[in-house]
Parts: sequence; structure tokens; C-alpha cells
Amino acid sequence: MNRLTELFQRKTADVLNVYFTAGFPQLNDTVSILKALQDAGADLVEIGMPYSDPVADGETIQRSNQQALENGMTVATLFAQLRDIRQQGITVPILLMGYLNPVVQFGVEKFCQQCQETGVDGVILPDLPLDVYERQYRPLFAQYGLKVVFLVTPQTSAARVRQLDALADGFIYLVAAAGTTGAQTDMNADVDAYLSRTKALELQNPTLVGFGISDAASFAAASRHTTGAIIGSAFIRLLQQAPAEGRSAAITEFVHSIRS
Amino acid sequence: MITDMPSPYQVDAHGYYGPFGGAYVPEMLYPNVEELRDNYLRITQEPEFQREFQQLLTDYVGRPTPLFLAKRLSAHYNTTIYLKREDLCHTGAHKINNTIGQILVAQRLGKKRIVAETGAGQHGVATATVCALMGLECIVYMGEIDIERQKPNVDRMRMLGAQVVPARSGSKTLKDATNEAMRHWISNPTDTHYIIGSVVGPHPYPDMVARFQAVISAETISQLLHQTGRATPDFMLACVGGGSNAAGAFYHYLDEPGVRLIAAEAAGQGVSSGHSAATTALGKPGILHGASTILMQTEDGQVTEPYSISAGLDYPGIGPQHAQLFATGRAEFLSITDRQALDASFQLSRLEGIIPALETGHALACLPLIGAKPDDVVVVCLSGRGDKDLATYTKHLEEYA
Ligand SMILES: Cc1ncc(COP(=O)(O)O)c(C=O)c1O
Repeated sequence: MNRLTELFQRKTADVLNVYFTAGFPQLNDTVSILKALQDAGADLVEIGMPYSDPVADGETIQRSNQQALENGMTVATLFAQLRDIRQQGITVPILLMGYLNPVVQFGVEKFCQQCQETGVDGVILPDLPLDVYERQYRPLFAQYGLKVVFLVTPQTSAARVRQLDALADGFIYLVAAAGTTGAQTDMNADVDAYLSRTKALELQNPTLVGFGISDAASFAAASRHTTGAIIGSAFIRLLQQAPAEGRSAAITEFVHSIRS
Repeated sequence: MITDMPSPYQVDAHGYYGPFGGAYVPEMLYPNVEELRDNYLRITQEPEFQREFQQLLTDYVGRPTPLFLAKRLSAHYNTTIYLKREDLCHTGAHKINNTIGQILVAQRLGKKRIVAETGAGQHGVATATVCALMGLECIVYMGEIDIERQKPNVDRMRMLGAQVVPARSGSKTLKDATNEAMRHWISNPTDTHYIIGSVVGPHPYPDMVARFQAVISAETISQLLHQTGRATPDFMLACVGGGSNAAGAFYHYLDEPGVRLIAAEAAGQGVSSGHSAATTALGKPGILHGASTILMQTEDGQVTEPYSISAGLDYPGIGPQHAQLFATGRAEFLSITDRQALDASFQLSRLEGIIPALETGHALACLPLIGAKPDDVVVVCLSGRGDKDLATYTKHLEEYA
């Protein structure tokens, strides 16, 4: 069974999804960070494919993208790095997140095929329009067992949320507040109202909250009405700061601090 | 001036020009883009909108702009050359045709704040101008490098009350200013309108901007008819950064196969020099700033950093309609180097007493390349004036002494 599907059958609350950029801080750090996150108890890992023009991302993730590209990261290199992970004891569900153009240039079918071969469970492509997905790519993603995640924001109409939910089969990514990644979202009454309003829609997919989740308090607040939350920029900042030798320990400590 | 013409080169019901166009935006922008998509035709076709738009174009922008028979330039190239004088628009370029239109749309959508990107600063100035005129807050993103090389326009924007924010990401030019403006819009989804400066971005922007710029070819038709007895030229020349002045100059001629449409791209130091912005020569299909189009990119789909002496052409993509005009062969794309553009700008200055913008120099540089015959009629869209480029021109004065 798809690991993502299996995860959400097993676990319906406090799911922690951690994002990091492939090839950052060093080109070949991808797998060791993945392993450290699994060991630390992350439920799900989202690996960012770096892009030159990440419009939905704030400064922290922009910089990690730029650094990764300077390090030489490409879609092909990422698949090469992930080649044997499933044979080497990586069991955590993995999502690839990225912008559409590098995937299109790589070849969408080849991309799906490589995802299946390496054991990637799903994708988040924020600038893939819903109608294009439905018309062009849906059967392809299904053929290779890839689950698809769509974003929803506080401005998304209820009708549109239902449309997105009908086509998503991974989870629904609830963007906490209008903004790019890394914005300081304070988990105020507005956010709480939006999350409980979304809960009342009784979506078929699990929901994870992202953007501005950085610590135990925001994780707990975000998870109150949802299946869990996603941490990105705060984790990238940790990777920037932690010295390479102490990185695994720092990752363990970080994940534990979120859960505490 | 805004008319509906069924045409294979115009946007279809789904927002595409053949395989190009669409709205490849993250969900955070979907409601904004949808609001615009669902309302722009209705709003711009209201008689009251049309009345205000036309009146501002006349009394504020100074339209119609003249169509000038350039006699000495014509004699030099042994053909008949007319200049469509967009340089005489208020603020010095065609950009204001679009910002007038969009500010009226923004008002009707109830927006309180305007965000824009700018390269040469012409679109930034045109946006700051209409914001001052209508009393709306104005934030303009501009690449840090462009802020350096287009200083007078930065000062003009500030004088007009706009906030100019340096874009420090990536190549620090127009592409990155566009990214920053989009991020700003993402963060301010309900009260802000994004006045994009060219025929780029997600549907409906390319179509909306082209419709506002279509006034250029609409006026050309009647002026040419009046001056020559024929409504269509043999050649229409325009430079292409994103492609808005070209889109406007081509608009009413798209379905007139007798009119050769010539688009000048910036080759920078040369198409194969590694320092170029010649999109169709160097690019391939992909997705940039919310549209499927042709863009300069690496094998891996990363957007390449372009180069041109002219900040307004220093962009790695072109609008989706231009991608379609290129792909179908309807328009011919010529690559013009920095040097050719400088030569053409100095030539126009000396032969006709008109100092053009560096961007426009690229369009003028096509004149010796198109093989125009003595009885051909050639129209050049003189997209802007050269005041903003004086510092660059001054550096080269000696060479043209
Ligand atoms: C005078 C002038 N011409 C042309 C351009 C290029 O824009 P577009 O290709 O949208 O006409 C600019 C952009 O700043 C400009 O200032």
C-alpha cells in the first residue's frame, strides 16, 4: 500500500510533516537528513526540489533553493540520491514538492516513473493548475501510484475546497494564513476559525496545516482541528545553523521539541 | 478601441493561445486571478469604463499619439518609414496605456492598494503616476541592479509618492521584481491589485494588457489611412521585452497576413555570448510567472538569468501570445545586439531629432534587416523616449562623435 495512505489509516492526529530542500546545505546531505528525520520520529517527509523562481516561498526557503542549485542539485540528481533508500531502511512516507517547470522539463511521465522506482509516495506541485492536472496528468499519476496533495488557503471558497478535495488523494495542505512560506503566522482566532470551518466541511482527505508552524505551541494549535501540521522554514533555519557533525542530534532534539 | 475579434492568435475561452498561456499559479493566487478573470471583460466593456478610459487617454496621456513620417530615416533606408510616437505619451512610454486601464479595473474591484514590478522603471513610473492620480497606495518592486542603472526613474517614482522596494533575490532584475510583486500579492490577497507591466503572467493578464495596448494599432489604422490612403502597412516593427508594446502594435493586424509583424528581441552581447535576452532564439517552452510560454532555461528547467543593455528587455520570457506568434510563424523574431540598438538610437537622434529609449533602439535596428522596398510602408512602434537612458548613452557619446 502507498505509505502515505497507510500512515493516515494508522494515524489520524498530530501527524508531523517536515519539509527540507534537497541538496541543502550540501549537495549530498539529502539522504542523511531524511534518515535523521525518520529516526527522530517525523511521520512524513516532504523533500523540496529546488527552483530558481519559487514564488510561493519566503526568504528562508528561497535561499535554501538557491544554495541547493548552486550546489548542483537537479531533479535527476535527486532521483539518483534516492535510488536505494527503500532498500536501506527508509520507511517514512516521502513527498516531493516543487514547481512545475523543472518537472515538465524532466518529463512528467519519466518523473512519475522515477518516483515509483525510488519509492516516492506523493507530490505537491503548487503551480500545477487543477484543471490541467485533471485533463492531462491524473491518469499518469495514478498509474505510478503517486498521491497528489492540493493547497487550500483562507481565501479559498468552500466550493473550490470541495473540488480540490475531490481530486486530491494524499491530503489537503491548509495554508494557515495569506502569505508565502516562513511568514510568522500567529495562531490567532482567525486561523482557528478557518481551521474549524474547514473541519466542518468533512473533507474526504486528511488535512495538514503549513506556513508559519515553528514550535510546539504552533504545532499544537494547528493540530487542534486537523490531522497535523507541516514545518518547513523553521527546520531549514535549523539546518543552516547546526554544524554537520551534530546535525542528527539537533534534528532529534528539534522533532522532540515540536512534540513536547 | 477594445473590440472582440475571433482570431487564431487571440486568447481562447480557456485562457490559452494554442499551447501557450493558462494560469499556472499557486492556490494562494487563485482567488485573485479568478476574480480578475471573471470580471475583466465585463468591467472593461461597460460604457462608463470606456468613457473614462478614453477620456483619460485623451486628456491625461495625450492620445492619439502622432504617426510621424520620418523622411530622413526613410531616405536613408530607401523606403517609407512612419514612427508611432508612444514616446510622447505622458511619462514617456506606452506603459501608461495599460496602467490607466488597470487602475480603472482595480477601482471597480474595490482595491485599495497597487503593487507592480518594473524593469526600466517606465512601468513603475506609469503605475506610480496613475496611483497618484487616483489616490491609491503604490508599491513598486524593482531589481537592485535596475535601481542602479535606471536612477532617474526611481526618483520619479518616489516623487510621485510610490514606495520603491529593491528586489534582492536571484538575478536582481525584472524577473525577480516580478517574483517579489507576486509574493506581495500572495500576502495581501483581498485589498491589493497587481498591475502587471507587460503581456505576461497568468490569464487574463496577457489578454487584458494587450487590449489596453491595442489602442496603438487602432490609432495607426486610421492615421495611416488618412496619411497614405491605406490602413495596413507592409511591416510593423516593435521591440519585445514581455511584449506589451508589440502586442498593442500588432493587435489589429494579427489577421491581416499582408502585414509582416517584426518583433525585436534583445541579443545582448550576442545570441551565443552567454549574455543575452533573446528568448525565442535561446529558449524553449516552459512555465514562467504563471503562464506556459517560451523562456530561457537550463536543461533542468531552471530559469536563466538574462542580459541586455536595456533594462526593459532584460527578461527571460515573452508573453504567451508572442510565443504563439513565434511558434506559428505569424511574427518574425529578430535578435538585436546592444551595439545594434545603440547604433540605431544614435541614428534616430541624429536623423530625426528624436532620442528613443534603448528598448526602442532594438526595434529601430531591424530597419536594415527586413528588406523593405522603396514603395513599402514600414511602421515602427516608438515605444518610449530615451531620457531614462541618458547615462548609458552618455557613456557611448565619444564613439558616435
Ligand atoms: C520604452 C520601452 N519599450 C519597451 C519596453 C519593453 O516592454 P514590452 O515588451 O512590454 O513593451 C519597455 C519596458 O520597460 C520600455 O520602457
